[in-house]
Amino acid sequence: MKDYFYQLADFVQSSLQQGERFTLWLSGERSDFVRFNRAKIRQAGQVQQVYLRLQLIQGQKQIQESVTLSGHSQTDQPLVASVLGELRGALRDIMDDPHLLLCESVVNSEQVAESLLPATDQMLADVLGLANGVDLVGLLASGDLFYGFANDLGQRNWHQTSSWNFDWSLYARGDKAVKRSSAGFQWSADNLHATFAEAQQQLQLLGKPPMAIKPGSYRAYLTPAAVGELLDMLNWGGLSEKALRTKQSPLEKLALGEASLSPLVNLNEQLSQGLAPSFQGQGFIRPTTIELIRAGQLAGTLVSPRTAKEYGLAANASGGEAAESMVMSAGTLAQAEVLQALDTGLYISNLWYLNFSDRASCGLTGMTRFACFWVEHGEIVAPLEVMRFDDSLYRLLGSQLEALTEQREFLADTSTYGGRSSASKRLPGALVSNIKLVL
Amino acid sequence: MNSAIPIHELVRQRFRSLKSPPGFCSLRYVETRSEALRVRKDMPQPVQRYQDRGVMISLVQNDGCGYAATSDLSTSGLKAALEQAQHWAEVSAASRLVNYADLLFPSPTGRYRGLGTEQSLPWDRRELLAMLQQESNACAVDDRIVDWSVYLERLNVKQLYLTMDGGDLEQDFQFLVPGLKVTAYADGQAQTRSLGGQYNGFCHQGGEEILATAGLVGAGARVADQSLQLLAAPQCPSDRRDLLLLPEQMMMQIHESIGHPLELDRILGDERNYAGTSFVTTDMFGHYQYGSELLNVSYDPDRPEEFASFGWDDDGASAEKTLLIENGVLKRPLGGQLSQARAQLPGVANSRACNWNRPPIDRMANLNIEPGSQSLEQLIAGVERGVLMDTNASWSIDDSRNKFQFGCEWGQLIEKGELTQVVKNPGYRGQSATFWRSLSGVGDASSQKVMGTPYCGKGEPNQVIRVGHASPACLFSGVEVFGGES
Repeated sequence: MKDYFYQLADFVQSSLQQGERFTLWLSGERSDFVRFNRAKIRQAGQVQQVYLRLQLIQGQKQIQESVTLSGHSQTDQPLVASVLGELRGALRDIMDDPHLLLCESVVNSEQVAESLLPATDQMLADVLGLANGVDLVGLLASGDLFYGFANDLGQRNWHQTSSWNFDWSLYARGDKAVKRSSAGFQWSADNLHATFAEAQQQLQLLGKPPMAIKPGSYRAYLTPAAVGELLDMLNWGGLSEKALRTKQSPLEKLALGEASLSPLVNLNEQLSQGLAPSFQGQGFIRPTTIELIRAGQLAGTLVSPRTAKEYGLAANASGGEAAESMVMSAGTLAQAEVLQALDTGLYISNLWYLNFSDRASCGLTGMTRFACFWVEHGEIVAPLEVMRFDDSLYRLLGSQLEALTEQREFLADTSTYGGRSSASKRLPGALVSNIKLVL
Repeated sequence: MNSAIPIHELVRQRFRSLKSPPGFCSLRYVETRSEALRVRKDMPQPVQRYQDRGVMISLVQNDGCGYAATSDLSTSGLKAALEQAQHWAEVSAASRLVNYADLLFPSPTGRYRGLGTEQSLPWDRRELLAMLQQESNACAVDDRIVDWSVYLERLNVKQLYLTMDGGDLEQDFQFLVPGLKVTAYADGQAQTRSLGGQYNGFCHQGGEEILATAGLVGAGARVADQSLQLLAAPQCPSDRRDLLLLPEQMMMQIHESIGHPLELDRILGDERNYAGTSFVTTDMFGHYQYGSELLNVSYDPDRPEEFASFGWDDDGASAEKTLLIENGVLKRPLGGQLSQARAQLPGVANSRACNWNRPPIDRMANLNIEPGSQSLEQLIAGVERGVLMDTNASWSIDDSRNKFQFGCEWGQLIEKGELTQVVKNPGYRGQSATFWRSLSGVGDASSQKVMGTPYCGKGEPNQVIRVGHASPACLFSGVEVFGGES
């Protein structure tokens, strides 16, 4: 596929007319998807897709088109030639774009990880072997992902991996379940067996009669997965330079110095600890580390090439200005001491469906989900009925944050909208003095 | 490829040339072409176009079912996809959830031409950009307006559904999505106001008439003025009072707390790991009092301008208008043929896939509230102490689709039957299971708007799909409302 892409880039190069420039971004995958419900196969199949985005530039004018390709040069090159012709015609209607910023320094890169995965059938057999007698629901995804960039300056970048992702739940009854997610480049039936065994232990706790609590403020422990849901919200425009400049960031008060997070909070975009390619869609090589929050204060932002040009900054991110390899510093709370430190309150395994309730104060609302428990004197007492929280991030990861765990979890993004995601997070759990429940 | 023959026709020919496997075999072809124009702060943004095409071959064989999707549309590409689908049908047979042997699969023939597809859409890029530029210019009415953008997207979609035993459906659609968004800022507070919502609520099928329906021309100054009014407004009060929701918020209320809970695959547990389950259970249909007697909810694929109108769903089932809730009583779920067979319940034609590379699952299509008899003015006049809210800005609901919380862009108090003070950051919360029973007034057709969203997410692997929601204004009694932090 890499050679095919480079040939395509050479073809576009040779098709340019006087004064024209181009960039190409290719993303593709060959993925097996097996969907489970009640430990049976609900849907199973394979998706092979290749998408190419061609950006044609003439002076300060630009236009782009994404197109699906077959992966065969003989059919794809005529299609790309046709797209190029249409874009060339459309450029006549378009004015100069003062915010166009092109990557002018050539940095080539290739990362090709040979597949270490067994056939998906084997993974499936391992899963079904463990799922006997339990109510398993979820998705196993496995296969190749590839990304490529090329431009008229001769820059060529290629990133290819083979990975799996198993996102699943074991249900006790109703909405009571244990949720787990794991991913990797190598498959281990033994590791899966251990995770299943641990999940089944927690599942037994969900067999107890559930407890309904009233709205109010509660002491709580948030697992890394729950902290990840909070940070996903912070990542929804919060760390974007453009959102800050246009006053739409929920971290406006943090940027102004009118609010802060806890000194315990240190957050980086750290490419080296993630799964995403080192190059972004316009060919810029991303910094290995971008410091975003340092000791609770805003230390940096994510800047796309357009934003960089508009505000005279250096580009360091993709067009969406969202972190893709988020890493949060660990704390000092030992995992084994979490329940004891919580004492009495809520053990929140997962949060769900978060949204902003008040952007100005970084107010968030969302639900508890899956295995959440009422804890008394360091002992799990009962599973909780789902509750809605409405609280500020400045409180949850600020004034109310008591401790972060010393162990962190690697959370691969399980999202498959349009294609399999290569985003990830590495996060600790968080002990908070109180979280406001409203419904 | 042979350029003289349209690609979808080549796909048809190539599929027919494949050796027919035992069992039921179908092909879905989806081709989408789009172009998006945008002007931000009076500056044209890069024009973005895409053309996307591919196929999914599905096969039911020996009690197993498999699929394979590919963007390689050559004969060898389709053949390889068929072999992959066969592989997955074989692998899944021993551990299948659904007993496919008991199912009958239709092989219909026909053609559906969506509104606006009979004639080509005038798309003079320069003229359209000039129109967007004009609206953009009109937004900049005050130094406190700090960001604004105006946009228009066109999508043309062609779909084929072919079966090896002769089924042949062809459907064409044209969608137009205009929008406008303005942010005002002062004293550390920002307010964003939009035309139809910040997530493309005015999305319709049809042609250039959609621009007039959405009111894009002339919207710039009006929306900017409203953003400034919000900036100066007090916070929405926090208490319990009557709540009048206009269609730009009603669409989200319907979507989250009627649409998703009625999806039969959620009720059957397929979505429990991701989108969630439902507080609705299969034994509720036919008698459960979902809402007050004023509540009538329809699955309506027959309203041609609405975003998700079609002739057949993606499993070849013929679509027709059906009441899901009648006089407040729950009648039917949103379940396609497969879910209907699994649950032994009647449903509707809503087995849909977002694209060629995702398999069909139960989705909302057009889910509407039928108009009542009161004008908007009459609804307002009947409120002693309440608040009007419009245009969704925030949405959240639990995984059983019960406990919800919404925020809106626009709020206005209703006092002694009259609209009074504009309020900012209006929000409300409640529970689906009881909220609809507090429905105390339903607006007539004059208060109705046809809205929708291109971004309904669900499914594993994930799918984001187009849905439509037409609703009149609706009045609810005694709802918990609130504003932002002062």
